[in-house]
Amino acid sequence: MLAMKEVYLDNAAATFVDPRVKAVMERFWSRDYGNPGSFHVMGLRALRAMNSARSNVAKVLNCSSDEIVFTGCGTESINLALKGVFLANRSKGNHIITSRVEHKSVLETCKYLEKYEGAKVTYLPVNKYGQVSASNLEKAIRPDTILVSIIYGNNEVGTINHISELSKVAKKHNVLFHTDACQAGLLDINVNRLGVDLFSMNGSKVYAPKGVGLLFIRKGVNVVPLLHGGGQESGLRSGTENVAFIVGFAKALQLLQKERKKEFARIAVLRDRLVSGILNSVPKVILNGHPKDRLPGNVNISFLDIEGESLLLYLNEKGICASSGSACTSKSLNPSHVITALGWSHEVAHGSIRFTLGRRTTSADIDRVLKVLPGAVEKLRRLSPVNIKEEDLYG
Amino acid sequence: MAEPWFYTETVKDHFFNPRNIFKTEKEIAEYKADGVGEVGSPACGDVMKMWIKIKDDRIVECKWQTFGCASAIASTSMLSVIVTEHNGMSLDKALDIKPQDIVSRLGELPLRKFHCSVLGHRALRAAINDYFKKTKQEKRMVKDEPMQNICGVKQ
Repeated sequence: MLAMKEVYLDNAAATFVDPRVKAVMERFWSRDYGNPGSFHVMGLRALRAMNSARSNVAKVLNCSSDEIVFTGCGTESINLALKGVFLANRSKGNHIITSRVEHKSVLETCKYLEKYEGAKVTYLPVNKYGQVSASNLEKAIRPDTILVSIIYGNNEVGTINHISELSKVAKKHNVLFHTDACQAGLLDINVNRLGVDLFSMNGSKVYAPKGVGLLFIRKGVNVVPLLHGGGQESGLRSGTENVAFIVGFAKALQLLQKERKKEFARIAVLRDRLVSGILNSVPKVILNGHPKDRLPGNVNISFLDIEGESLLLYLNEKGICASSGSACTSKSLNPSHVITALGWSHEVAHGSIRFTLGRRTTSADIDRVLKVLPGAVEKLRRLSPVNIKEEDLYG
Repeated sequence: MAEPWFYTETVKDHFFNPRNIFKTEKEIAEYKADGVGEVGSPACGDVMKMWIKIKDDRIVECKWQTFGCASAIASTSMLSVIVTEHNGMSLDKALDIKPQDIVSRLGELPLRKFHCSVLGHRALRAAINDYFKKTKQEKRMVKDEPMQNICGVKQ
């Protein structure tokens, strides 16, 4: 087969490492590889680089350096936020509020806290686009509520929650507010404008390497660490700091801040062209998620009467990398909990395909998808005995 | 179970070039089958339908449709080949086809994909039962175990 450049539309799963990020990381492996905790010149160099990275990140998030904890990934940040706040504040209460469309790292951590730590968790419903309403949140707050955790930009359907409105409600009732911002790189990530107390992000979605994350913890918020040991990261995350990755992550966030507006606009145009192109060329499709309040790089479409994994394989054969909310691609054999939480039936969730655009996505990539997709869908539909009716669309 | 999603060349061949399929809607409408069977549910993510033609107690034609993942499609395609090759399989033998028989012909399937091919032989049995019913051979009908509740959706 002729070599074919892949059309990579799975940027919500992982991004490439920006060459400018890679360039600043190298010297912390080969030359300045000291442990930032060491009392000598090599250690000092590493410490200085890390301090400067922390202060750069703080500038991007509009907080102070000592409010940033570097972790190993987004999942770890979220675990630290939820478990850490719960354990530190259980004398005040044991109730957590979250939503049904969170990433598994939030949902599974909540389940863990329910099972082993006696937490009570409210899983808020969402509207048909996947948004939590401020009034629903306010109604769910109880005297024993200690934490609210709501996703910023949804990783599956791309819907954006109005975090500043939601955080206001929590603040009014003196409840801490965490947001999972792992997909929100191109959105406003000023933690003060968002009004959040805790904020999780990871590197592998913003052109830094896999294996680094951060948690913003507002001054005065008590958190119990998950990892105990040498007391790194102000005692909140023991373990030798991954200096190269931290420096790279900081660089990635600085680049993001500098290029955000332009990149948002560029990608959103491509996204809208992909959405309208599919809606106009393929019958029986549903756009999942909000039509406007949506991550600029997210397209999530259900192709009725066919199953997502089989369509993914077709696309893969044509060099197009995407993902699916179908049960066949999940570890649980259940279809996407996000798409079903929007009110759609399992049938609709099985046929969902997510395309996520990124920094290297071009107009030609979108053309290629639009060229391949209608034929692939038609071919699979010809094989399918299923004919989903209007009344079967809702769960 | 965290298994990579990969398929053998045989699976991919049957997925991209499915055998014994209908070309048009018209062909389906006009097809004179001796037995038709359908199993699964769209909510569960797998539905298989089979049309068979019988001559001298052998399956001489087998057409099918499948809603499901690539291995579900490939395994139904392979099953349609198995029952029609060598002048057609006898009904008694066809009733006895096990999922493993399909999987071994495909080479290999990721473990968690096994339930897909299980549906293929069930659809075939349903079609054969339909033929028995139509030809007043009810005594030969076989009863299948109830479907496993694979996906948590009631069948």
